[in-house]
Amino acid sequence: MSAGGGGEERPAFSQKSAELAVAALFLVFGAIVVYDSVRLGSGWAADGPKPGYFPFYVGLLICIASLVNLVAALRVPRARGKAFVEVGQLRMVLTVLIPTAIYAALVTWIGIYTASFLFIGFFMRWLGKYAWWKVVVTSAATMVVFYVVFEIWFKVPLPKGIVERWLGLD
Amino acid sequence: MDELQALAHGFAVALSLKNVALMFTGVILGVIIGVLPGLGGANGVAILLPLTFGMAQTPGGDTSAIILLSCIYWGALFGGAITSILFNIPGEPWSVATTFDGYPLAQQGRAGTALTAAFTSSFVGAFVAVLVITFLSPVVANFALEFGPPEFFAVYLLTFCAFVGTSKEPAFKTIASMMLGFALAAVGTDTVTGTLRLTFGSTHLLTGFDFLVAVIGLFGIGEILLTLEEGLEFRGAKAKIDLRVVLETWKELPRYWLTSIRSSAVGCFMGIVPGGATPASFMSYGVARRFSKDGNKFGTGMVEGVVAPETAAHAAGTSALLPMITLGVPGSPTAAVLLGGLMIWGLQPGPLLFIEKKDFVWGLIASMYLGNIAGLIVVLTCVPLFAAILRVPFSVIAPIIIVICAIGSFTVKNAMFDVWMMVVFGMLGYAFKKLQYPLAPLVLAIVLGDNAESSFRQAILGSQGDLAIFFSNKLVGFMTTLALILLFWPLVSWLIGKMRGAPSGKSG
Repeated sequence: MSAGGGGEERPAFSQKSAELAVAALFLVFGAIVVYDSVRLGSGWAADGPKPGYFPFYVGLLICIASLVNLVAALRVPRARGKAFVEVGQLRMVLTVLIPTAIYAALVTWIGIYTASFLFIGFFMRWLGKYAWWKVVVTSAATMVVFYVVFEIWFKVPLPKGIVERWLGLD
Repeated sequence: MDELQALAHGFAVALSLKNVALMFTGVILGVIIGVLPGLGGANGVAILLPLTFGMAQTPGGDTSAIILLSCIYWGALFGGAITSILFNIPGEPWSVATTFDGYPLAQQGRAGTALTAAFTSSFVGAFVAVLVITFLSPVVANFALEFGPPEFFAVYLLTFCAFVGTSKEPAFKTIASMMLGFALAAVGTDTVTGTLRLTFGSTHLLTGFDFLVAVIGLFGIGEILLTLEEGLEFRGAKAKIDLRVVLETWKELPRYWLTSIRSSAVGCFMGIVPGGATPASFMSYGVARRFSKDGNKFGTGMVEGVVAPETAAHAAGTSALLPMITLGVPGSPTAAVLLGGLMIWGLQPGPLLFIEKKDFVWGLIASMYLGNIAGLIVVLTCVPLFAAILRVPFSVIAPIIIVICAIGSFTVKNAMFDVWMMVVFGMLGYAFKKLQYPLAPLVLAIVLGDNAESSFRQAILGSQGDLAIFFSNKLVGFMTTLALILLFWPLVSWLIGKMRGAPSGKSG
């Protein structure tokens, strides 16, 4: 499915900004690791290396590597920079990413079965434009299969919420 | 011939009704996983691993569990070829090279031939690799029994430096990604002193980041996001294999015996050193093109162009288990997940496994022979079924895959926090893939981080902080030197390029 509409192939972010952002994230993370390792002691105690000894060098290497990556990214001229992601592509990615994040929150709140039922239903209805009865049947059937496989067959309890309690499954 | 005797015993273990049933279940699940976008060998095994926790506790159950999981891996290796040939979508990175000639063949209406050739040569590659494992792994394990902490750390160092030396990705990105893995592995309780590290007061982080959640997020969610960029629909060629096509292809295949031998050799070698299946398949395709008398016709639909990468990918994917069971150092992300599984079940991978858990090791090796036969039967007979899975619209299959990933992450520790982490790792995986940060060293570092650190600390404790311990005898000195050469290889080749004055060396 090609993304329709004007400007869909316009870059949403340039490759360069993405490179810079990721390298900077690495640098911050590396700095945190170094900071905590120094707090724990990165040196040598009477009974051997202190707990921060190994992570200290790991953090240091992250910092060095991300600095090199940062400089490499800065040296790419912006005019030649290609798109990291195009607007149309980004829209597709976000149509899945945002519902997935909401889904993860919903699982905490109403249990995995109800949340998954809603999640699959939402996708089929919104992106697939299926008839309502198909949406309900497919996602309900999927949940029954999951329940049988996980709870009954492999005896792995999954998080449940108010609906399962109401159905007497919890 | 101690090996043959041990192997015969292994067959007796693997041939129980329960284990054969698990083999077929594993292969079928594996092919489905290999066919579906967003579910690959590594995260397929990661999702199903928590389900085996219970199984592994029963007597002999750990052997059944590893048979199930390794057969999922074989199935995924087979499954990758189906999507490459029929849909021009490599389901797995190692089947990219299969698309070059496989898809043109399918477009010419010879999909059956291409698939048969792919499956058969996969089988041949895997078979050669299992032979290598059977006879080489006891030798390696025996040799490694003498290893102390410095030697083990040198092996880890060699593995990780090999990533820097051999990967196509920029060296500093490889290092950054690998060290991120080590840092994530260090989070939580320090195994030696019991001190809390990098938790910043969070109770969720007490036990650290779980590699399974990272794998599911990075490979699963990340892959789905990448697939979505391409749009929602797959269009594929028709697949049908009947006996006549199979027999005709089998008649043609012996002609490529030299290609098969070469590709198996390339594959086995690349699998044992941590290069992995993906570079092996590309390398073998390139070699075949150079040596074939029809080399200039490669890319237009040559059967030989399917044989070469498939043989090598399977040989590499299989032989990646050799260093895993003998040294405790996996050669591929999927092998890393399997290794993590062994540790969760309470087995310590490494040379001692060959002495203490004979049933387990030889049962696993025997199941490699049988699992690949099971795989060949399953894929040859059920291709249309598997191809039909890809025709299920993405708006149905994508949310189901995400739900499966979420369940997989949750069941690792029964923690909701992990489902959140999966989403975060998914975004990371998407960005890393697009920016050429390699994921394999990251995963290996998360799995091996604690072991590498403790062998380093033990080694250096023995020498009172003197790093010369890593050069203290011939063996460890050789491994450390080799590791350092590999580590600085990108720099060396860059300098050589500079000195020759090659203008291609300069890029901004």
